[in-house]
This record gives sequence, structure tokens and C-alpha cells, in this order.
Amino acid sequence: MSGTDASRRRFLAGTAAAAAGLAVAPGVLLMPLAQARRAGEPASSDVRWGLLVDTTRCSDGCDACVRACKEENGWEGVGRPKTDAQWIRKVKVRDPRTGHTQSLPLMCQHCKHPPCVDVCPTGASMKRADGIVLVDKHICIGCRYCMMACPYSARSFVHEDVRDQREHAPRGKGTVESCTLCVHRVDAGRVPACVEACAAEGGGALVFGDLKDPSSEISRRLAAHGAEEIRADLGLDTGVRYYGI
Amino acid sequence: MKPHVHFREIEGRSPGYYALLGLLGLLVGAGLVSALYMEIEGHWVTGMNNRIVWGTPHVFAVFLIVAASGALNVASIASVFGRLQYKPLAPLSGLLAIALLVGGLAVLVLDLGRPDRLIVAMTHYNFKSIFAWNIFLYTGFMAIVAAYLWTMMDRMGRPYSKPVGLLAFVWRLILTTGTGSIFGWLVARQAYDAAIMAPMFIVFSFAYGLAIFLLVLLAAYGWTGRPLGEGLLRRLKNLLGIFVAASLYFVTVYHLTNLYAAEHTGVERFILLEGGIYTALFWLGQVVAGYLLPMAIVFSPLGRSRGWIATAAGLVVLGGLAQMYVTIIGGQAYPLILFPGKEVSSSFFDGVVADYAPSLPEVLLGVGGIAIALLAVAVAVRVLRFLPEDLRDELVEAQAAAGGGDGSGTAGGERSGGAAPEAAAAPGSAG
Repeated sequence: MSGTDASRRRFLAGTAAAAAGLAVAPGVLLMPLAQARRAGEPASSDVRWGLLVDTTRCSDGCDACVRACKEENGWEGVGRPKTDAQWIRKVKVRDPRTGHTQSLPLMCQHCKHPPCVDVCPTGASMKRADGIVLVDKHICIGCRYCMMACPYSARSFVHEDVRDQREHAPRGKGTVESCTLCVHRVDAGRVPACVEACAAEGGGALVFGDLKDPSSEISRRLAAHGAEEIRADLGLDTGVRYYGI
Repeated sequence: MKPHVHFREIEGRSPGYYALLGLLGLLVGAGLVSALYMEIEGHWVTGMNNRIVWGTPHVFAVFLIVAASGALNVASIASVFGRLQYKPLAPLSGLLAIALLVGGLAVLVLDLGRPDRLIVAMTHYNFKSIFAWNIFLYTGFMAIVAAYLWTMMDRMGRPYSKPVGLLAFVWRLILTTGTGSIFGWLVARQAYDAAIMAPMFIVFSFAYGLAIFLLVLLAAYGWTGRPLGEGLLRRLKNLLGIFVAASLYFVTVYHLTNLYAAEHTGVERFILLEGGIYTALFWLGQVVAGYLLPMAIVFSPLGRSRGWIATAAGLVVLGGLAQMYVTIIGGQAYPLILFPGKEVSSSFFDGVVADYAPSLPEVLLGVGGIAIALLAVAVAVRVLRFLPEDLRDELVEAQAAAGGGDGSGTAGGERSGGAAPEAAAAPGSAG
């Protein structure tokens, strides 16, 4: 009898611990990444948000990051691939000499010297003090010069009426948009939706954090293993870095 | 009384004139309706997409803006370089410059995603953007050329003709530098990112502007039956040939430079050999129709005929539109190089040549811009004294020999006093 009770207690305790662990783990994992900003408090240049993509953990068939971003930011298309927006996409890279292939997500690279911000006539394209590159939808006139200037095709033009907008990710027909690094989440102390989805469903290839904080995971990983920028030759100092390319 | 050039409004009462106004008005209307349609539906109804973000409207708009600065050259040749034979043509040159710029800007603005926010572009500036500079360069150009016209057409303005003419000339060089640099300063794209784009666009502007000037001049004098001297036309068509040759030179240097750099051979192979419509438009449109045929016409005995001069000018315009199509759309169609030496593919059409076909609303909007410019000219020459009544060579030469007729064309600044009757639109001088 008591043996049975003891075994049942052990089982229950184990399950509870596992459940608690599962529930708490993401929070524990993510807690040191970001601290919430109070409403009205300006972004600080003491941090520079960045993203590390470990391409060795990114698989060709997986698009968890893309699906999560679509869901989070509400840019599901209407079935017109040439004009539908894409804030993030999976790109397959193949070396024709060796046949070596890789897969990686590509989105706004949140450059330190963003060409889109340079060319924007009204200042709608802008870089926050913490390095996040955004479009102010209220003063974008839809000239698309930023799209001409972006070396990564990271931006989309909203070609038609938009439906089911998310409250935190306003969109507008006739304006330009792109990855916001989930600024609404970052400001609330959370990580971008793609990072969360990659950890949960994908290969855990994405690491988000403060590039200026040497103790952050992203900084430690960059220091230990290094990473590359796409089109590093352009000298844009991107906030998104790729390991294994 | 010594012979001199009189300026007078065209009569503008013939059925032909009203038919012209009607046709241009119809085209302007079609362009405006197209713009409205594109704005209401969104740009998905055009051929433009997320890879070809600037389409046919930009081909027409940039062509018109470049041609606008070039159209001013005839006036500059008279007042800055002192070739007084060109002086009677200066008012038309200034008028065309403003009209073409207005036409081009209308197309550019109406193609914006949010044309209703034009006021934002006037109240929010990012001074690192060439587009923001252009807002000042374009409006400044219109103001300066308007002042320049005043110095030509009003007795009070004449003393300022030389400095204002010089300012207009310098301003137009800066303006076209800005237009060329819209592309030249784009580091991301293989077909752009070249300092030569700015001077190349300036030389293009000389050719395109003069070609349109010649067409308008021939039409205006042909349709009104006013005399137009052979000598004047000979100078203008020879000048056109030189500008076209200079354009060909710049294009050759641009492509040779790219061909020499291994990193650019891909885009060169695309434009020059394998680009389909872009290759065809480059060789047949830009080079053959735009450069070789016009040069063959104007530098051969064919160039003595007005019909052939008009043909050559028309070909330069068509070649110019082909050049803009190849530069603007071909330059975007060639994929961005994300990973040099690697092949890339994605759902966003990375690594492949982008699809684009002009849609009807885009073409109508572009043609509407040309119609706006021509309609403005047609109305302006009817209500103001832009066109000399008589441009026979002996009159033009006599007036040039006498110092140009007023202050605006005197090379050394000396005025010819008594030998200068009121050439421009001083009240009572005409008819």
C-alpha cells in the first residue's frame, strides 16, 4: 500500500516538475534577453538589437519562422506571389561548383548604415536608437526608392487593400513595409516571433539579443564562433548575422 | 528700319488647333483616370510588383524630367555661350523645359503609393536623400526658368538675362546630376552604382531635350505656316547629331567599364546578350533607333529634308524611351547578388530575372505626362508671345549680327542699343 503510494507520489511529483519545467523554461530562457520599456520611454542607444542565424541548424524544409511572422504580423497574402508582401522568406543557397546547399531565413538586416533610410525622401524609413529599422507608415508616400536601394529585397510594397491587420503591426495600402524585428515584442521584453517559433518548432537556429552587451548570448556566440554579414562588402554593418555561410 | 525678329502668339482658331487640344486633353484625361484606378485598386493592377518596383510610369517620368533640362539648352547656347542665332528660340526653349518637367513630375507623383500625401513630401525632409534634394532642384528649376523667361520677354527683366541664364544653366546641370544619381548612387544593384550615370544622364538630356525641341519647333512652324530658315534647322540637327554621338560614347564607356570587372559581367551578359526584351530594346531601340539611325540621317544628305530631320528627332525620342526602359526596368529585372558566386532561390523570386509587362494604366499614365507637357506648350504659345513670327535665316542672322535684339543674348554683355528693337513680348512690338 505505502509502496504504491510512494511510487504514485514520485510519479506525480515527476510529472508536475516536468510540466512546470516546460511551462517555465521558455521564460527562463528568454528572460535575460530583454527588459520591457515603459510606454513613452524612448529607445536607447545603449543597446543594439541583433539576430544571429546559425545556418547549420536551419533546415531546408522548415519554415516555422516564416509562418510565425505571418501570424504575428498579419501579412498573409492573397495568392498573388509577385505582389504579396513577404517580411521574411527562406532562401536556398547553392554553390554551383560543389553542389553544397544551405537554407536560411532572409529578412530586413537592420543595418547600422541602412541604404533605405539614406534614400527615403521624407524620413519615413528610419532607424531607432536601438538599431531597429522601421517604416513610419504615416509619412511613407509610397515612392519605393527604399526598395530600389535595399540590397536584400527585404521590403515589400502593399499592393492592395489589407485585411485582418494586427493591432501592433499596422499596414497600409500604398506604403512600404518590412520586418520590424517584432519591435512590439522587443519593447515588451520578449523576443521576435520567428525566434520563438524556431526554438519551439525549428532547429533553434535563431538567437536574438543585445549586440552591445558582451554577456548576452548573441555576443558570446559571436565572440566564440564568429558570423558573417550578407553582402559584407557593402559595409552596412548589419544587425542580422549568419553563422556557417 | 532694320530687319528684326517679331514674337507673336499663334492664331489658334483653326479646327486643327482645336483638334490638337482635344486629342491632348483626351490623353491627359486617360492618364488621370489611370492614376485614379491605380490608386483605388492598389498597384497590383499594374505590371509592377515587389521586384520591379518602378515600372513604365517611371520610364516616362524620368525621360520627361531628363528631357526637360535638355530642352533648356537652346536658350543656354544663346545666353551663356553667346550664339545669338539661337536667341529667337530661347523663349520656346524655356517654355518646353518647364512644361516637360511638369509633365514628368505629374507622372512621378501620380504613381506614388500615396499621391494624396504629396504634402508630406513638402513638409518632411530627409536631406540625405537625393529625392528630397530633387524636390528643391525641380521646384527651383521651374522658378529660375520662369524668371529666365521674364528676362527674355519683359523689357524690365532684360538686364538680368545673362546672370539668370547662367544660373539656369548651372542649375540644370545640377538637376540632371541629381536625376542620374538616383540610379548612380544605388549601391545594391549591379546595373547602377556607377558615377558615370550622372554625366551620362546630362548628355542624354542634351539629346532628348533637343529632339523634342526640334519636333515641337517643326510642328509649330509647319502647322502655322510661319517661315523657318534652313540654316537654323541645319545648326539644330547637326547639334542633335553631336549630342547623340556623345550619348553613344558614354553608353560605350559605361558598358566597357562594366565588362572589364568580373563582378559585373553577369549584368552585362544580361543586358547585351541574354536579356530577351531588354537586350532587344538595348540594341534595336537604344542603339540602332536612338543613336545610329539619327546620326546617319542628320549627317547625310537626308538631313536636308525637314521630314527626315523630324524622323531623326522622333527616333531619338523613341531611343530615349528604350534607354530608360533598359536602365530602369532592365536594371531591376536582373537579380540582386546576395551571395556572389552562389545560386539562390526563394518564394520571393531571388536569383531569377523578374517578370514585368507594362499594363495599360501605366502606359496611359506615362503618355498622359507627355500630353500634359504638350498641352501646356500648345496653350502657352496661343496666349503668350513665345514664338517668333518669322524665322527666316536672313532675319535671324541680321539680328544676331546686331547683337541679338536685346540683352539676353549678348555674349560679352554689350548691348546693341539702337539696333535692338523689342524682340520679345514687349507690348506693341508684335503685329
